[in-house]
Amino acid sequence: MWVFLITEVMFFGGMFLAYIVYRAAYPDIFALASSSLNVYIGAANTAVLLCSSFTMVLGVRAAQLGQKKALAINIVLTLLLGFVFLGVKAFEWREKFIEHHVPGPSFHFEGVAMQGPAQLFFSLYFAMTGLHALHMVIGAGIMTWLLINAIRGRYSADYMTPVDIGGLYWHFVDIIWIFLFPLFYLIDRHLK
Amino acid sequence: MKIPLFPEQASTFAPDVDHLYFYLVAVSVFFTILIFASIFFLAIKYRKRAGNDGVPKAVHTGIALEIVWSVIPFGLSMVMFGWGAEIFFRESRPPQNALSIYVVAKQWMWKLEHMEGQREINELHIPVGRPIRLTMTSEDVIHSFYVPAFRTKQDVVPGRYSTTWFTPTQTGKYHLFCAEYCGTKHSGMTGWVYVLSPEDYQDWLSGGKKTGTLAERGEKLFNDLACSNCHKPDNSGRCPTLVNVFGSNVKLVGGTTAKADEAYIRESILRPDAKVVFGYQPLMPTFQGQVTEEDVLELVEYVKSLTPKPLAPAPAADNKAQASNR
Amino acid sequence: MTTPVAQEQENYLTNSYGLKSWLLTKDHKRIALLYMATITLFFFIGGAFATLIRVELLTPQGDLVSSDIYNRLFTMHGIMMIFFFLIPSIPATLGNFLIPMMIGARDLAFPRINLLSWYLLVVGGLFALFAMLAGGVDTGWTFYTPYSTTYSNSWVIATALGIFVAGFSSILTGLNFIVTIHRMRAPGLTWFRLPLFVWAHYATSVIQVLGTPVLAVTILLVFSERVFHIGIFDPALGGDPVLFQHLFWFYSHPAVYIMILPAMGVISELISTFSRKPIFGYHFVAGSSMAIAVFGFLVWGHHLFVSTQSVYAGLVFSFLSYAVAIPSAIKVFNWTATLYKGSISFETPMLYAFGFIGLFTIGGLTGLFVASLGIDVHVTDTYFVVAHFHYIMVGGAIMAFLGGLHFWWPKITGRMYPEGWAKLSAGIVFLGFNGTFFPQFILGYLGMPRRYHVYPAEFQVLHVMSTLGASVLAVGYVMPMVYLVWSWKYGPLAGPNPYQATGLEWKTASPPPLHNFDHLPVVTHEAYDYSALTEEVTSVG
Repeated sequence: MWVFLITEVMFFGGMFLAYIVYRAAYPDIFALASSSLNVYIGAANTAVLLCSSFTMVLGVRAAQLGQKKALAINIVLTLLLGFVFLGVKAFEWREKFIEHHVPGPSFHFEGVAMQGPAQLFFSLYFAMTGLHALHMVIGAGIMTWLLINAIRGRYSADYMTPVDIGGLYWHFVDIIWIFLFPLFYLIDRHLK
Repeated sequence: MKIPLFPEQASTFAPDVDHLYFYLVAVSVFFTILIFASIFFLAIKYRKRAGNDGVPKAVHTGIALEIVWSVIPFGLSMVMFGWGAEIFFRESRPPQNALSIYVVAKQWMWKLEHMEGQREINELHIPVGRPIRLTMTSEDVIHSFYVPAFRTKQDVVPGRYSTTWFTPTQTGKYHLFCAEYCGTKHSGMTGWVYVLSPEDYQDWLSGGKKTGTLAERGEKLFNDLACSNCHKPDNSGRCPTLVNVFGSNVKLVGGTTAKADEAYIRESILRPDAKVVFGYQPLMPTFQGQVTEEDVLELVEYVKSLTPKPLAPAPAADNKAQASNR
Repeated sequence: MTTPVAQEQENYLTNSYGLKSWLLTKDHKRIALLYMATITLFFFIGGAFATLIRVELLTPQGDLVSSDIYNRLFTMHGIMMIFFFLIPSIPATLGNFLIPMMIGARDLAFPRINLLSWYLLVVGGLFALFAMLAGGVDTGWTFYTPYSTTYSNSWVIATALGIFVAGFSSILTGLNFIVTIHRMRAPGLTWFRLPLFVWAHYATSVIQVLGTPVLAVTILLVFSERVFHIGIFDPALGGDPVLFQHLFWFYSHPAVYIMILPAMGVISELISTFSRKPIFGYHFVAGSSMAIAVFGFLVWGHHLFVSTQSVYAGLVFSFLSYAVAIPSAIKVFNWTATLYKGSISFETPMLYAFGFIGLFTIGGLTGLFVASLGIDVHVTDTYFVVAHFHYIMVGGAIMAFLGGLHFWWPKITGRMYPEGWAKLSAGIVFLGFNGTFFPQFILGYLGMPRRYHVYPAEFQVLHVMSTLGASVLAVGYVMPMVYLVWSWKYGPLAGPNPYQATGLEWKTASPPPLHNFDHLPVVTHEAYDYSALTEEVTSVG
């Protein structure tokens, strides 16, 4: 799994590189576009994901101690928090759609002469949060599979490797978000 | 049947590149023969003899040998690196007194514009013995301006200017190729570079339709597009004056500075929001879609003409090149 | 242990029958054969395109096909050969078959993922084949933007998706090998007792795992640009076309090392066996594989010297490109030195190994030409580069693949190929190859650009020479197809170790049983210990 996660770093890395290049080229427009994202919702989502990683850790611990019921409960909580994250994300995207910030023929961003760089910001936003959301969905699938097996009593203190590995994957997807959040939501923000 | 191995040497770079090439060929032939011969002789000398099923004793390497045959090739390749880098460095620094010519590439033709106003398609007439600097852009996809006889090549990229330069050393007619795959007629996007004696070049320049120099056409565009309403020479408009701007360091909003070169002027026309001059509002509308790349070149030349150049001394190279004219 | 084993003994080919037993197999040996069939098909498709290209280039005019079709031919030749033949070739066939056996294991770490890798290659290949049949793609295998994202009217997306899926095949194979080599070595098999073939594949797998995801994301961005017009590579929307080149070559340069490192691993085995000596400088050869893997990631910018990349970046990349050449030179010297005081025989695999060393040396030396900034400005995007990479990929990698195929053919099939025909085809391949590609160095320096459908008449003589060579080369490739298949049914039975080679794979039957070994071996000798062979050592299980 570690090796696989390294490949994921390289995969997301390419997009982060593109982000860095264009942010350096158009700092003001990126800042402006970033401020149109709701930082409170983004922060709340960050908290949700962090909590889900916490419940995941509790789940792994439960598996190590052979506590089957605690394991199942924690997986359920992780899954639920994951769904909350995805639901909030869907809400955010819908907002963007209404505001005409979705790249495409109906894209329009106020306050700038050239739409190009603004559209680029949002393209990167949707591409990267989309890719992240796809990984979350896959993670939800993994969690569901773990849950089914946990309920069937397949895991014990001696054999909990799948829980361990599933946890690694979940934490990784969380960490990607930890990078995405400041890069997209927090450009040029100051604590008031 | 004679098969040539080299293109003609028609620029000051060509002999330099060819000499480096000879060095590389010599090193390669040496090592190729070394390896081929070693294998040949070792394989024969140590071939398995009939009736001998024994196992040869292992021969162990020493770190000294490994170092020697790493360091020697590395040293040879550092010569290749340094020599090639020196040529490359020179190729990236056109001299100040170079004759400027503009190139706009599009699928599938080369459009060339002389300062004096001459326009050419797929042909470039230039004088021998003078450094020529090409400022190039593409209207669509990436192309590449390649003259084998000059040993120069430079990609021509949409959305930016790229430059290449050379000093032709003999008159003649040389292939011009597009060297970056650009679609259906990529292999048809070829032309000729005609290197003329200085007299023939002057004759050529004075022939043809008079359309005004690039700068004159640029001035007309400047007025037609109403740039002159804002960019007033006495700095009384809402926008900065353009007199003496070209070549200077411009202070921008946010504290950074930018060199006002061709790329800066082009960007200011097509993406004015990107760099706003300090002390001014971002009021300028974009002209993307309203001007072609050739229009932009004319405007750039006009803005250049607003910065008086110091009188350049007559290039001494002219006399030498004339003597070597064939 | 030299008498042939009777064919009635059950082996991995005979333990089960039927289509399902192949399509749902978890046996790494059967998966290797599935790959073998698949990549052979892709090779011949790519080869068909190459044939059409060379025939068209016999004349300066475009008289065989239109420019549009020609552009699709060279694009699809490159895509088929690189992504669907060369990248899988040695690792997915010989690597899959041999690595578990070489380390004394019963299978790879993740047999089901191994099968998945094969299916991914097949699915990816089907996408690409669909694109070809529907009309093809004409962007060049390098997909430069904005041509590929905005201007091309061809099946870019279908092809790109095919490559995307095949990329995951490559990543999973690499992942599988890394875990297997780390975790499943037999007792006593320390890292520095591993055959160099395993070292080479380990280094390759590291590259596959780190580099391919970047290609995946690049393809995703091209896809998004083409479908959603996001403007990342399109200058009209503020994008940067050269950014694509950086992202693309960041994978595609290491990719060429994915293609050559396994070949080098094969050559180490062949040279050692047919000199009956350990490879001279074993540690240095193993280390050079790792060095190539690392340095290979640092040189991508040498594809961008004339792209408007900065001069200083060019200097750094040129320097590093020379650095990456040194480990390859070390290998060539060590292989040659292995012959010294050896006992050399000239079976077909050894002939291919000699051919490899000669042609790889020439290909590698011409790499020094293109690494030099001053020369590269003149020869980049010309036939010089085409000749350079074909010397390495075809003169190198494919020769090694054929050599390895012949060497391990008795292990895989239990039969020997006809030696006379095999030697003849090795010679034909060597001659045909040089005839095809050496004239192209000259063409390139003369200024003939790449990807040209029509060309100035003065280049014709060299093109005719090249096409003649290609006809000979084609014969050399078809011959093994015929006699290898023939030998599977009619060739003489081979014993477990017909070449008296070292390596754990030779200590079991030919073909091997399903689980590779009757008893798992314990390793007590260094690699390439030929004297140990002559003792009657029974493995302890």
